[in-house]
Amino acid sequence: MITVSDLKQQIEEGSRPLDLVNEAILRLQNSTQFNTIISGDKMFKQARERAKLLDVKFKTSDKKGELYGIPFVVKDNFLITDTQTTAASNILKNFKAPYTATVVQKLEAEGAICIAKANMDSFGHGSSTENSDFAPTLNPHDQTRVPGGSSGGSAALVALGVVPFALGTDTGGSIRQPASFCGVYGFKPSYGLVSRNGVVAMASSTDCIGPLASSTEDLNLILDIVSGEDLKDSTTIAKPESILSNPDASSAKKYKIAVVKETLDPDLEGLNPEVRQQILEQITKLKQSGVKVEEISIPEVKYALPAYYVIVPAEISSNLSRYDGIRYGLKSVGAKDLTETYQKTRAEGFNSENKLRILIGTYVLSSGYYDAYYKKAQQVRTLLIQAFDKAFEKYDILISPVAPTTAFKFGQSSKDPLQMYLGDIMTVGPSLAGLPAISVPAGFGSTTEMPVGLQMIAQRAEDQKLLNLSKLLEENSK
Amino acid sequence: MIDQKTLDSYEMTIGIECHVQLKTKSKLFTAVDNDARDAAPNSTISELCFGLPGTLPVLNEEALHLAVRAGHALNSKINLFSSFDRKHYFYPDSPLGYQITQMDHPTVGEGKVKLNLPSGEEVEVRINRAHIESDAGKLTHPAGKDYSLVDLNRAGTPLLEIVSEPDIHSAEAAKAYAQELNLLMRYADVSYANLYYGNMRFDVNISIAKKGSKELGTRAEIKNLNSYKAVEACSNYEFKRQVKLFEDGERIIQETRGWNDSEQKTFSQRSKEDAQDYRYMPEPDIPPIKLSQEYIDQVAAELPAMPGEIRELLKPLNLTYSQRETIVGHLKAAAKMLEVISLSANLEDQKRIANWLQYLSAGEIESPETLESPELPSLQNLEGGASAQHLIQLSQMVKDGKLSSTAAKEVAIKIWKKDQDPGELAKELNLIQISDNTELEKMVEKAMTENLQAVADLKEGKEKAIGALVGQVMKLSKGKANPSAVQKIIRGRL
Repeated sequence: MITVSDLKQQIEEGSRPLDLVNEAILRLQNSTQFNTIISGDKMFKQARERAKLLDVKFKTSDKKGELYGIPFVVKDNFLITDTQTTAASNILKNFKAPYTATVVQKLEAEGAICIAKANMDSFGHGSSTENSDFAPTLNPHDQTRVPGGSSGGSAALVALGVVPFALGTDTGGSIRQPASFCGVYGFKPSYGLVSRNGVVAMASSTDCIGPLASSTEDLNLILDIVSGEDLKDSTTIAKPESILSNPDASSAKKYKIAVVKETLDPDLEGLNPEVRQQILEQITKLKQSGVKVEEISIPEVKYALPAYYVIVPAEISSNLSRYDGIRYGLKSVGAKDLTETYQKTRAEGFNSENKLRILIGTYVLSSGYYDAYYKKAQQVRTLLIQAFDKAFEKYDILISPVAPTTAFKFGQSSKDPLQMYLGDIMTVGPSLAGLPAISVPAGFGSTTEMPVGLQMIAQRAEDQKLLNLSKLLEENSK
Repeated sequence: MIDQKTLDSYEMTIGIECHVQLKTKSKLFTAVDNDARDAAPNSTISELCFGLPGTLPVLNEEALHLAVRAGHALNSKINLFSSFDRKHYFYPDSPLGYQITQMDHPTVGEGKVKLNLPSGEEVEVRINRAHIESDAGKLTHPAGKDYSLVDLNRAGTPLLEIVSEPDIHSAEAAKAYAQELNLLMRYADVSYANLYYGNMRFDVNISIAKKGSKELGTRAEIKNLNSYKAVEACSNYEFKRQVKLFEDGERIIQETRGWNDSEQKTFSQRSKEDAQDYRYMPEPDIPPIKLSQEYIDQVAAELPAMPGEIRELLKPLNLTYSQRETIVGHLKAAAKMLEVISLSANLEDQKRIANWLQYLSAGEIESPETLESPELPSLQNLEGGASAQHLIQLSQMVKDGKLSSTAAKEVAIKIWKKDQDPGELAKELNLIQISDNTELEKMVEKAMTENLQAVADLKEGKEKAIGALVGQVMKLSKGKANPSAVQKIIRGRL
C-alpha cells in the first residue's frame, strides 16, 4: 500500500503530477482482474490532462496545495462533470454528470487528481459489491472472497496500493465494512460533517461521505480538507475546531474507552470467534499502552438493525423515485404509455436488491402501515440516540468489531438477504445516531487468514478523537 | 332542473384550498430565477429542478419570510417549529418523484379571515393552516401527437397553500373569500396575485346537507379554478348537481372534479377509489425550521394596515359597499385614503376625497379586471398619485367655493397622474370659479333680460325656473361662475 506522504516524497524528488497519475493508472491496468473500477480510458485521459495543467500552473508556485498531484479514486456515486456516474446501476449506465460534487471540488482545489470511479453495490445496496450491475469486485487478499461493500471498489483500490486514498459513502457501514474486509482504514464522519452535494443519495438521513486510506494520517488529512459547512447541503455542520490535519496519538492516552458488551458476546448470532479473538487482542494492546478500557452494556444496539432496515429502505424508495426514464438515464423503448414507461424502465434499470428495498420502503411508508413500521422505527432510533448519548457522558470512545465475520466467499450471503443484513449489525447503530466511526485494521483472523476490523465510535462532532486513538493503535502495532 | 323551494331546503358547505405563488426572486429550494413568464420552456431550471442525482434542496429564506408575512395577513398563528415532508407520486411534472411540502408541521397555523358580503352579511372563515410547498412543472399535450411535452420552469416555484375550514355556506361567500384572499396576499405583498398567470388557484370542496342537519354530506373537490367567477359558478352548479342526485336517491361520491368554463359545468376527474397513497415521509434533506418570536413580531411590524382595518376607518364616511370596496380593493387608493385620514379629521374632506379615489380607482388605477389579465399590480407600485396634502387642499378649494365639483374632479385626475399644486393647476386651466360680484351681476342681468319667461315663472313661485337662469349664467361664464353665488344674486334681484 502507498500513502500520501510516500507520493509527496516523490514530488519532492522531482516527480511530476503526470508521473504519479501514469504510475497509478499502470497499477490499475495491472490489476484489472479485481474489477475495482467502472470508469474507463476517457477518465484516464482527463486525469492526465489535469496533471499536465497542474504542472504548468504550479511549476514554480509555492501554493501547490496539500494534495498536489496525488491520484485518488471516488466511488461511482460521486458526480464529476463530464464523467459517467452510474452508481453501478444499469438505470444510470449512460448518465454523464453535468456538475461536480463539493467534496471532489475541495480535493481538486488542493491539487488531487481523480483517476477513476470505483465499483460498488448499485446505489449502495449491499455489503459485498456483488450487487454491482457490471461485475463483482474481488478481495485483494483472496480472490474467492468479496471485498465487502458497498464501497468495495474503493477499499480494494487502497488495499492494492493503486492509490493512497479513495472516497466512499457510508449509509450503514459501507465504508467501514469493506475497509475491514480489505485491511485498510475507513472513516465515517459525523452526519453532516461532509457535504453530500453531488453524491447519489441512498438514505439521506444517514448517508455520510468519508475516506478510505492506508494510514490514520491520510484519513485525517482528507477529512480535514473535505469537512465543513456547504451552502448546497443544509444538513452540513461547521467544522469543529477540534479537527486537526494530523492525528495526535498522545492525547488519546487520556481517553476513557468502553467495549460495547453486546457486540462481543460469545453467544451473539453470527459472531465469528476469530473476529472476537482479534478484537480482544486489540483491547489487550490498548490496555498495555496505558489506556483504560472498560465494558458497557447498551442493550438498544440490538434494535438498531431492524430499525435501520425500515428507515433506510423508506428513504431509498423515495430517493430512487426520480429514476423514471423521463429526463435522463435508461428509458425503456417500446412502452405504450406513461405507466408502462415507468414500469419497464424501472423493471429493466433496477436489480433485484434495489427492487427489494424499494418494495420494503414503499410498504413501510404506505398509509395504514406507516405508524407500525416507519414511525416505530424512528422511535427506536430516538431511543438509540439517547442510549449512545448516555454512554458518551461517561466514555470518549466505544469499541466493537466492524463486522461479525471476515470477508466471506462469493455467493455465500448474496442468496440470503437476511444473512447479508445481519453482517451490518455493528455498523448501523452509529449510522442511525449520526455518530462518527472508524474502521481500524486489527490483524488477520486465525481461521480465514483474512483481515479483521476494529470499530471505534465517538460522540457527534468528536471525530478527531477517533483519529487520535487510531493513530495510537497504529503506532502500537508497528 | 329542481325547483327553488327544494333548493332552499338544502345548505351547501364549502371549504377552499388556495395555492398562492410566492414572488421570490429565486425558487423555493434552488437558486434559479423564479420568474418564468414568457421564458422558453425548460430555461429557468437548475440541477434540482431537473431532478438530477446528488442535488439537495436548500430552503430559500425569502420564501419563508413571505410565508410568515402571509400568515400574519391571514390573522393566523405562526408556528415556532415547522418542517417539510415528501409527498410521493409519479408524474412527469414531478422531477424528484415527490413534492416537498409541509404535512405535520406547517409554518402557518390556525387563523381567521372576516368577509363583508355585498348583502351586508359578515362571515368569518377560519383558516386551518397554510403550508409552504413547491409547485410542479407543466405538461402540454400537442393535439394529434403521440407524445406530451414537459416544461419544468414552474417546478420548484414556492407556493403557500391556504386551507380554510368548511365555514362557507354560499357561492357568494365563496367568491368573496377568494377575493379577500387575493386582497390579503396583495396587501402582504407576497405574491403577484395575478389570476391570469395562475399566481393564485383555488380548489373548492363542496358538500350539501338538508338544512338543520348536523352531518356534512360527502364532498366533491373542484380543482384548479383560476377566476372568482369560476369559484362562484362552480359552487352554484355543484350545489344543484348534488341536490339533484340526493333528491333522486342517488349516491354522491367523494371525487375530484374539474370545471369546464365554456360549458359552465363540473365534470368527474377521479374518484376516491383511485386516490393515490402519497406515502408522506419527513424530508431528511431539510432541517426543521425554528423561528424566534422576535422574528415573527418583526415581520408582523413590516406589514401595512390590512383591509379590515381600512374598512373600519372608512365606516364614518358612510360609503356604499361598492365605493368602499373599490377603494379597499385598490392598494394605491387605500394607502392614500389612510394618509388623508391621518392628516385631516374633516369628514367632509375625507368623503370628497374618497369619492375621487373611488372614481380614480375604477379607471385610472389598477382595477379588479387587471388581476385576471397580464397586468401585474403591486403594492410596491406606489409612485405617482397626488400627495395627500394636495388632495386635501383641493377638497378645501371646493369647500371655499373656488372650484366647482366638476372642475375639482378634473384637477384630481390631473394631479393623480402628475402630482402638483392643485391651486396653480386650477388657475392654469382657468377653472377657478368667478365669485367676483360685479362680473356675476353683469352676467345675471344679461341672463334675466334674455329669459323673461323664466323670471316670470320664478316670480310665480315656480322654483324650477331658477335652475334655467343659473344654467344660463353658467353658460355665459363658460362654467366658471360659482352657482350658489349666482343664485344668491338672482334671488336678490327679484
